[in-house]
Amino acid sequence: MTEVKSPEVSAPPAAVPDELTEQPGRWGRLRPFLPLVALVVALILPYSTLHLPGIFEGALNSPGTLQLLAVCLVFGGLAAGYDLLFGRTGMLSFGHALYFAAGVYGTDILITRAGLPLWQAAPLAIVGGTILAGLLGAVALRTVGIAFAMVTLAFAQVGAILVARDFGGLTGGEEGLPLDVAGLPDGLVGVTNTVNLYWLALAYLVVVVFVVHRVSGSPTGRVLAGLRDDERRIGVLGLDPYRFKLVAFTLAGGLAAAGGAVYCLIVGGASPHITSSELTLSLLVMVVLGGPGTRWGPVLGGILYMYLDHRLVSFGTSDAVNALPAFLSRPLSQPLFVLGTVFILAVYFFPGGLASLAPRLALLRDSLRPGSRQRG
Amino acid sequence: MDAIILLTLTGLGLAALYFLVASGLSLVFGLADVLNFAHGLFLGVGAYATWWAAGNLPGAGPDGLGFVVAVAFGVAAGTLMAVLVELVLIRPLYSRTIEQVLVTVGLSLAGVALLQATWGADARPFPRPAWTREVTSIFGAQVPNGGLLLIVAAALVLGAILAFLRWTRYGLIIRAGVENREMVTALGIDVRKAFTLVFAIGGAAAALAGALGSVYFGTVSPQQGGSLLIFAFIVVVIGGMGSVVGSAYAAVAVGLLQQFVNYYGTSGLGDICVVALLAVVLLLRPQGIAGKAVTA
Repeated sequence: MTEVKSPEVSAPPAAVPDELTEQPGRWGRLRPFLPLVALVVALILPYSTLHLPGIFEGALNSPGTLQLLAVCLVFGGLAAGYDLLFGRTGMLSFGHALYFAAGVYGTDILITRAGLPLWQAAPLAIVGGTILAGLLGAVALRTVGIAFAMVTLAFAQVGAILVARDFGGLTGGEEGLPLDVAGLPDGLVGVTNTVNLYWLALAYLVVVVFVVHRVSGSPTGRVLAGLRDDERRIGVLGLDPYRFKLVAFTLAGGLAAAGGAVYCLIVGGASPHITSSELTLSLLVMVVLGGPGTRWGPVLGGILYMYLDHRLVSFGTSDAVNALPAFLSRPLSQPLFVLGTVFILAVYFFPGGLASLAPRLALLRDSLRPGSRQRG
Repeated sequence: MDAIILLTLTGLGLAALYFLVASGLSLVFGLADVLNFAHGLFLGVGAYATWWAAGNLPGAGPDGLGFVVAVAFGVAAGTLMAVLVELVLIRPLYSRTIEQVLVTVGLSLAGVALLQATWGADARPFPRPAWTREVTSIFGAQVPNGGLLLIVAAALVLGAILAFLRWTRYGLIIRAGVENREMVTALGIDVRKAFTLVFAIGGAAAALAGALGSVYFGTVSPQQGGSLLIFAFIVVVIGGMGSVVGSAYAAVAVGLLQQFVNYYGTSGLGDICVVALLAVVLLLRPQGIAGKAVTA
């Protein structure tokens, strides 16, 4: 049993001996600024004409590369939003794709079928997705644990069926629904303006990271972490777990819907595969690969996963792989095979994901360095 | 009247398919608390192994006794796969539920991709005996034989599992383990052997579902398992996790509901009704029809 830390009872901090306090090295002092550096790099990236052969196909500011990067950034944000449920509150939802799809199809249908301009369609779709998450969450949260996972999976399946069967001729069924560009501002239309979509995706990622960071740092966030660790204890403390979980579920749903609206603009339409349970499963893979419950892990996981998912296709058809015998080259040409295998290995050998890699390596380095001080 | 009989029997055929997948899921979940996302993979392995055996294995073929040999090979492959998964991947993670779910999720993604890499993403025609393509006239309704075969197989599997649970020593251990695993362990019985056994049973049933389901549909594709799995999950939750009989009742209810609503309403409405049924059952009776107990 762990101690409950309540703000009222503040014990004076015990004096820490000098040799036990962490001495920040050069690297340690730089660390807090790393996200800022990454943001600056992301900001100047579209102005660079650098060629990175093997990593991207065209120059960094070519439309193809920028679109791939934009998709990666959106999924980084989606994974961070999903982590609010899985990593920070401990809710295993298998239906997150539904709220993402609500954002994508909502925006698309309101623009293409209803003829609304973007500035009305996107907010409406996001509000609609949030309300949907609130309503379905209110029902699904009456169950806990695995049953909750099953119910969310089933709800998402209804969404997938509704989209695929094309009731009322709104969604375009299996074909998907291309976005009607007449309703969009000029700056978001055409190949030359891909860079604006990139800004949009970056802005979305920054907003999601900011929101998740603020929420998990707030008193509500501490209750959510408590729910993850021991739900009964939160109940005993006189707080209602149901309400806090519903807040987290609705917020995550709203963030996913916003991501859907951005994604709809980037890929220029909606296709039914985004409603499938496979999308939720890949969100789960992203979060676990990155490091659940950490600030940057899910973002990194999402970006890396989407990048690999796109790039492994061309890697699989490259000469190096084709030269291998068939029993090796065929599985390697399937991105999901590679990612699934990496995922299983990560669950066994890197339970904290990418985010835990740095501390682990530091530990290894320290123990290998001769004459270094021993850590307890 | 014809239509009702036909719909009832095809609905039961669908129910049989769901039951074959769900019975193993339910036992595995009830005993070992493992939510097995890789169960659809066992189904795919069974289907593809049968398909492969019918074309390549000596003595096996698409007709007569050869077909029985092919299906037996498929079931054996599915069972072996399930046992290997349990021993190699699941066993090191017991009592860590979330990690187990994650591993089976990864396995289902990688496994389906592997099937796709080996045999292509498109559906392939499935070799099947000529008589399964014909129809039998029952009270004036023309019922496809493939569906009847599924119903018979599911009934046999249900009888076999129930007999096994009731009259054998291992069945007793499984029933006791579903009820209270700690108590069984405290009595000095190694429950983990029963875990392997339950995985083997589930894998065999799922592989059989894969083989016979492919006969029914006439094709085999890598994604087949995944779409069936979601409905099998729903059947397990409605029936009550850990209960084989509950799964059977729930499978019949889900299969019939889906078939009738899809016929008399819009196509696709039946699937939605099934989810609505799930929501109602969970709100009124969260432990499912039969609760958490194997009733033999």
